Amino acid sequence: MQILFLIAVVLGLMLIGFRFGRLRSVRVTGGDARQLHSLPTYYGLYVALWCGLPALLLLAAWMALEPTIIRMIVLDSLPPDLLLQPDGQTINDARLSLLLTDIRNIASGNIASQSEPAVIAAAGRYASLLQVSFGAMVVVVLSVAMGGAAAAYRFIAPQFRARNRVENIIKMMMVACSLVAILTTLGIILSLLFETLRFFTEVPVTEFLFGTNWSPQTAMRSDQVGSSGAFGAVPLFAGTMMIAMIAMTVAVPIGLLAAIYMAEYAPRNVRTVVKPLLEILAGIPTVVYGFFAALTVAPLIRETGGLLGLSVSSESALAAGLVMGIMIIPFVSSLSDDVITAVPQSMREGSYGLGATRSETIKRVIFPAALPGIVGGVLLAVSRAIGETMIVVMAAGLAANLTANPLEAVTTVTVQIVTLLVGDQEFDSAKTLAAFALGLLLFTVTLVLNVIALHVVRKYREQYE
Amino acid sequence: MATVDETMDTRSAQAARAAQAGRSQIAETVNAGLGRRYRSERRFRAYGVLAIVLALSMLATLFVTIISKGYTAFWQNSLNFEVALPADVIDPQGTRDPKVLASANYLGLVRDALQAQFPEVDSRQERRALFAMLSDSAPYDLQDAVLDNPGAIGGTIKVRVSLDDDFDMLAKGHINADLPQDQRRLTDVQVAWFQSLEQRGMVEAHFNTALFTNGDSRQAESAGILGAVVGSLFVVAVTLALSFPIGVATAVYLEEFAPKNRFTDLIEVNINNLAAVPSIVFGLLGLAVFLQFFGLPRSAPLVGGLVLTLMTLPTIIIASRAALKSVPPSIREAALGLGASKLQMILHHVLPLAMPGMLTGTIIGMAQALGESAPLLMIGMVAFVVDIPNGPLDPATVLPVQIFLWADSPERAFVERTSAAIMVLLAFLVFMNAAAVWLRKRFERRW
Repeated sequence: MQILFLIAVVLGLMLIGFRFGRLRSVRVTGGDARQLHSLPTYYGLYVALWCGLPALLLLAAWMALEPTIIRMIVLDSLPPDLLLQPDGQTINDARLSLLLTDIRNIASGNIASQSEPAVIAAAGRYASLLQVSFGAMVVVVLSVAMGGAAAAYRFIAPQFRARNRVENIIKMMMVACSLVAILTTLGIILSLLFETLRFFTEVPVTEFLFGTNWSPQTAMRSDQVGSSGAFGAVPLFAGTMMIAMIAMTVAVPIGLLAAIYMAEYAPRNVRTVVKPLLEILAGIPTVVYGFFAALTVAPLIRETGGLLGLSVSSESALAAGLVMGIMIIPFVSSLSDDVITAVPQSMREGSYGLGATRSETIKRVIFPAALPGIVGGVLLAVSRAIGETMIVVMAAGLAANLTANPLEAVTTVTVQIVTLLVGDQEFDSAKTLAAFALGLLLFTVTLVLNVIALHVVRKYREQYE
Repeated sequence: MATVDETMDTRSAQAARAAQAGRSQIAETVNAGLGRRYRSERRFRAYGVLAIVLALSMLATLFVTIISKGYTAFWQNSLNFEVALPADVIDPQGTRDPKVLASANYLGLVRDALQAQFPEVDSRQERRALFAMLSDSAPYDLQDAVLDNPGAIGGTIKVRVSLDDDFDMLAKGHINADLPQDQRRLTDVQVAWFQSLEQRGMVEAHFNTALFTNGDSRQAESAGILGAVVGSLFVVAVTLALSFPIGVATAVYLEEFAPKNRFTDLIEVNINNLAAVPSIVFGLLGLAVFLQFFGLPRSAPLVGGLVLTLMTLPTIIIASRAALKSVPPSIREAALGLGASKLQMILHHVLPLAMPGMLTGTIIGMAQALGESAPLLMIGMVAFVVDIPNGPLDPATVLPVQIFLWADSPERAFVERTSAAIMVLLAFLVFMNAAAVWLRKRFERRW
């Protein structure tokens, strides 16, 4: 809240700076604005930008760095015996973070799990550091704001090219905004790669990629049973593939036939009604599909299977796959619709002229012509299915099960990422790091699929344009 | 010459005959195959209709199951009866001090009142079964009523107290009273008690305000979605505040300023690929960068908003670029011709014309963000949060994650509430998409 107030103050200063800058620009020409290089507004904006930008950037940097620096100072000032275990070793990271949480809790007046005098003293230091830091930040930010405004104010002169300066600043801001996309990709790759490399120092790459046993529970104590911590991801790949395949067997025929009907047969009014209705399927949140799969489709499949004398797991791959297929239908249909309508009319007419019926034209002329585009669309849909999370988290199983039977429970890469990372977690354990390795794998696979698909679609478009 | 002509004539006549014969032969084969071909034409067409009908019926099934499972959640049954308020229990000194009033033993009073309805119940076990009818929040209902109306102390007060969710389900018919006792959650005696209360007109159905005014709770009857809705609003607000300016600025730069070079190509490829990255990967990014590296608080809507910003940016950028592209070059040239600078041309002329398209894309992106849950699971927004969040740094959850959490609870009452929460979420989404469509229809320009 205090920070928001500070930001509001800076914004207020910017407004004042704008007013004064504009006034001064008019005044330096003795009231004749025509002698100015730019419109008076630009002089105002120039002052406001110099007032606000450096101050706000500084504020952001301060807030990003403050916790780390204060943490370091507090840790340095702790008596060394607090950082040692009774047996003389330095305490591990989990203990350390517990200690820091305690210090923070005491500092903010909450209840903490320990009350040693050393910890309370550290909490006092922590609180006072926070106060000092905040005070210093207010002073520095405000003086930078005023200093910037004053410097810019002094620059104002009739020949000063304020518009060009302001436009350059705005352009720089736009470039900075478009860098966000690159930074995001970089952030994804670096964070996944970094954690994955740490994971591979504990678990060999070959075991991860080719092992057939997945049970990520590592033993807390050495005498625990059944928690071997096996990280063979093959069952996860198999499960993901199976569910994606089931989804595609639902989505591809239905989506494709629907697209063909809508592009080639449907009268205009049917099209205008049905198309948005199908798009609704794409707009429904995945958590709703997950609920539908877990509470309606899965029991239905189990009962039907029971009637047929089959034993169906209550978290069968079939249920998750079917519902995921429903979700993907509009994806397939709208992509193929675009591709089919892009096939030139002359090809249809040539085929009709030779006496072919509509369905023959579609099957022998349009479909082959549109095939590359459709394949691209299907690949995009597959990458969607592989990366889909909520449906499988809610409707597929947790236990890694290497099976080809769609009636059994299987687990997927995304389900494992969620189960490994939701709830209490300690960083640095192979268990949490494994989630990042799976994430990197997921990212790579979907990226490759997308690149291929986009390439295929673009090649195809060029052919007819 | 004549003979030659003659032979020519006969030749051409022969050829014509042969051609005619051939033609009739072709016609025959074509005609013979025609029936089959028309049948296959009709069959193919029927497949298309079938596919659409199938897809739409799946959509219908989805909606029908959710509505039929959840519509009963919008009302709730409560116990409406007279509770005696002996002055010596509530306010022995007669001070009417709110603090004294608030600390009285209301649980005992409600239980006594319920007991008074069934004087025959006296063993401990039976009493416990009877009191199971009352929700854990029943004493607070009574407390509120007394605080609102302190004049009733010493007499009786007619008060509406919450029922336990199992009895609510019984009243709504979701628990089948005809089943044998060991196959349902309530015993025969409990059902009989409840039915006798119903006959005495003490069970009252009313609109379920708790669903919209409470935060999450372990008790289904007092669990509400307000906390999740407020959390969602904070998340979407942060997302909007960040993604709209950044997205529009990126689109303007790429569309209007960017030189065609490696660097801008790289940006474009990045945006297209980010649009197809699975959402859960953004969650991993948020966990590793925002939580671990920058040390932002777990479960905070601020972090959720940051993650969803990165996720929705490609949608907004792509839509905004399309909107900018659709503004005809003549507008730009006219502005430049009148001496506007490039930025003036964009800010004063192109952006206002492209704004409806950009806003449409933004609303669609926000709808996407509102329905997203997977990346938020990664950054700890799955915590059980009872309090309504007050700011973007308080621990919170969002509506889709609340649905996910409730869907895990086995009680029938939670199934009902999950469906109701889904309906609320879908209502929000329908509203946003309708706004987008309206915006497009209202401001769309054909040049």
